[in-house]
Amino acid sequence: MSLFAIVRDAIDPRTLEAAVWSEACGAVTMFLGVVRERASDGRPVTGLVYEAHEAMALTEFAEIAHEIGQKYPGVRVGIVHRIGELRVGEIAVAVCAASPHRPAAFDACRYAIDEVKARASIWKNERYADGTGEWVSN
Amino acid sequence: MRELLGEGEFELVVPDGATLVDCWEALRARNRKIDALASATRIARNGRVAALLDERVAEGDEIALLPPVGGG
Repeated sequence: MSLFAIVRDAIDPRTLEAAVWSEACGAVTMFLGVVRERASDGRPVTGLVYEAHEAMALTEFAEIAHEIGQKYPGVRVGIVHRIGELRVGEIAVAVCAASPHRPAAFDACRYAIDEVKARASIWKNERYADGTGEWVSN
Repeated sequence: MRELLGEGEFELVVPDGATLVDCWEALRARNRKIDALASATRIARNGRVAALLDERVAEGDEIALLPPVGGG
């Protein structure tokens, strides 16, 4: 699996982990963003629909990983985001960081997901129980 | 954005030498509802967000209007 991907099917975190890890790494951290049952305002959510500008998002993932390489030498990250229709409980995004030691693995994973949410060209439509939907930004 | 404008992808015809500002004005002429999006929208040309809107466009360029992102 590529380190950076936009996918339409279920994300397998172990596949991403295998792509990121190397024998130099004694620490692996993983963040999974999962569809939850309520919107930020408390409304019940039946699912999310994600859309992306795929070429831009992949470039942004690679830029974020490059920044991590500068900030945390020796750390490798992988970023996979799913698009299309997702139900509650499904993984929308996986970020994995592997490092010789754990502090940089935690820090890099946090940096990666925060930056993905802040700037990746991905959009989310919350679907509500009454059949309506709304585009929401981070 | 797509819902507001009632269309997603389309071809926009602008004069030779047009800039991204001219593209935006052509979009406004097509649909004034776009004014509601102006303050929150970034514009990308061929996959790169334009820092300045005085960039010239060429035939075949992809101009993308990017609302605030919502990944994760």
